[in-house]
Amino acid sequence: MVENRPWLTFMSQAVLILGVLAVAFPLYVTFIASTLTLEQIMQVPMQLTPGNQLIENYSQVLASGSTKGSRAAASSMLFNSLVMALVIPLGKMAISVISAFAIVYFRFPLRMFFFWMIFVTLMLPVEVRIIPTFKVIADLGMLNTYAGLTIPLIASATATFLFRQFFMTIPDELAEAARVDGASPMQFFVDVLLPLSKTTMAALFVIQFIYGWNQYLWPLLITTDESMYTTVIGIKRMIVGSDAANEWNLIMATAILAMLPPALVVILMQKWFVKGLVETEK
Amino acid sequence: MEKRVVFRSAWLPYALVAPQIVITILFFFWPAVQAVWYSFQLQDAFGLKTQFVGLQNYANLFKDGNYVDSFKVTALFSVLVAFFGIAISLLLATMADRVLRGAMAYKTLLIWPYAVAPAIAGVLWAFLFAPSIGIVTYVLKGWGIDWNWIIKGDQAMLLVVIAAVWNQISYNFLFFLAGLQSVPRSLIEAAAIDGASPLRRFWTIVFPLLSPTTFFLLVVNIVFAFFATFGIIDATTQGGPGQATNILVYKVYHDGVKAADLGGSSAQSVILMFIVIALTVVQFRFVERKVQY
Repeated sequence: MVENRPWLTFMSQAVLILGVLAVAFPLYVTFIASTLTLEQIMQVPMQLTPGNQLIENYSQVLASGSTKGSRAAASSMLFNSLVMALVIPLGKMAISVISAFAIVYFRFPLRMFFFWMIFVTLMLPVEVRIIPTFKVIADLGMLNTYAGLTIPLIASATATFLFRQFFMTIPDELAEAARVDGASPMQFFVDVLLPLSKTTMAALFVIQFIYGWNQYLWPLLITTDESMYTTVIGIKRMIVGSDAANEWNLIMATAILAMLPPALVVILMQKWFVKGLVETEK
Repeated sequence: MEKRVVFRSAWLPYALVAPQIVITILFFFWPAVQAVWYSFQLQDAFGLKTQFVGLQNYANLFKDGNYVDSFKVTALFSVLVAFFGIAISLLLATMADRVLRGAMAYKTLLIWPYAVAPAIAGVLWAFLFAPSIGIVTYVLKGWGIDWNWIIKGDQAMLLVVIAAVWNQISYNFLFFLAGLQSVPRSLIEAAAIDGASPLRRFWTIVFPLLSPTTFFLLVVNIVFAFFATFGIIDATTQGGPGQATNILVYKVYHDGVKAADLGGSSAQSVILMFIVIALTVVQFRFVERKVQY
């Protein structure tokens, strides 16, 4: 604070409170709708105080899903989302950390070629190669499988770059000492590099957890079987028509369930989240 | 920058890069090459025969009014998302940087929308703005505004812009806040002593110093509007009404998956690839992420 301007401070607080309220408003209405009966939601205007259907709505979506559109139960969809949200970050870290290790700590023919190959993937997001990627997955028999949902998404230039950048900051003396002591490259990797990479990994994990949980286009393309739907896909598939045709109370309960895990990760692991966000941006 | 100390092994480095390279070739390069290949071909309606047609798919695209319109819609959409996303988060970040009381709480309360999937963000806002039952629609009706994004193109655009901006504010906010916190206090104090008002200090000192952050966010927001908003569009307007919100990425998906036009969709993919390459080059060549003074 440079100077004391009470009026300006009051203004700042007012703007922030308005901002927070505007940002939270959709969440609030969603939560309220998830505690009402469908009839209550259909009454215009919808009431803005919680109803008494919270347990009914949530237990119905968790156990048996909606009765229109997708009938997948939220419990199975949440499980599928969790698989994506865990396998993608862990797989991504595993293959990125070893390829970054190879590129930083070895000299070998084709090293820069591999490096550029990984770099170029930045320019090939799923969105620009929808149909052919779908065909590859179909040819490999990976439609409606967990392998199909996760493996194609674990290659990542950003994660490799992040580890490469981090390894570059590690003093050469460490590798030298390890070599003098007769450690093999893999011993150096496991005993020195991995422990040092813990914070980078934690930050990457938080960002990639959210990335995996929130995947949309990819599961939309390769899952046709309701038992393989992720939560985000399931919500979209529960919307079958115009306003009145949908079971909004159940859709909104599922939406709350879909938002809860990544939101908790962001809020509870805020420090790692911010670090990850700032560092993974190339 | 290269390491001075390296290990030696004839096979180990290849084994280490192998998993990543295999996945990259299988799921990135091979499909991309196929997209280019398909884009030169014409398939008959039953998918039985294909014929090499050179650049004809591309020529057809640019003759197709819908495709040119989709470019315009994408341009309008990304400009609106980037502008409002950046303006609102800059305002909030500037305020959060000023206040001492509750700064952490505001930060926590403003960053959680990042965790919401774009498709869900779309559903939440579509519910609020639902033509017959939406609570915002009800309020608008009270003000004499007839709201129905299902049939009105400009309202549909507004809806997806609001959902996208809401989804992206957290990200911009965090980067602006970090940028603001690294502006040297001494500069601000010196200006204050010289009698510059807070507003003047913002426009003549803080805003220019934030320009690297702003430019970086501009690129990131355009990329977000181009690609990540697919979920918002698919969960709400599905490109409609008419072509009002049919952004390029949605059109590729629609033409390829729903209309099964392999050649046309692949040609669109290739064009999108060039757009991504251009954006990536801009990002790497011109964006200096570190705020410099």
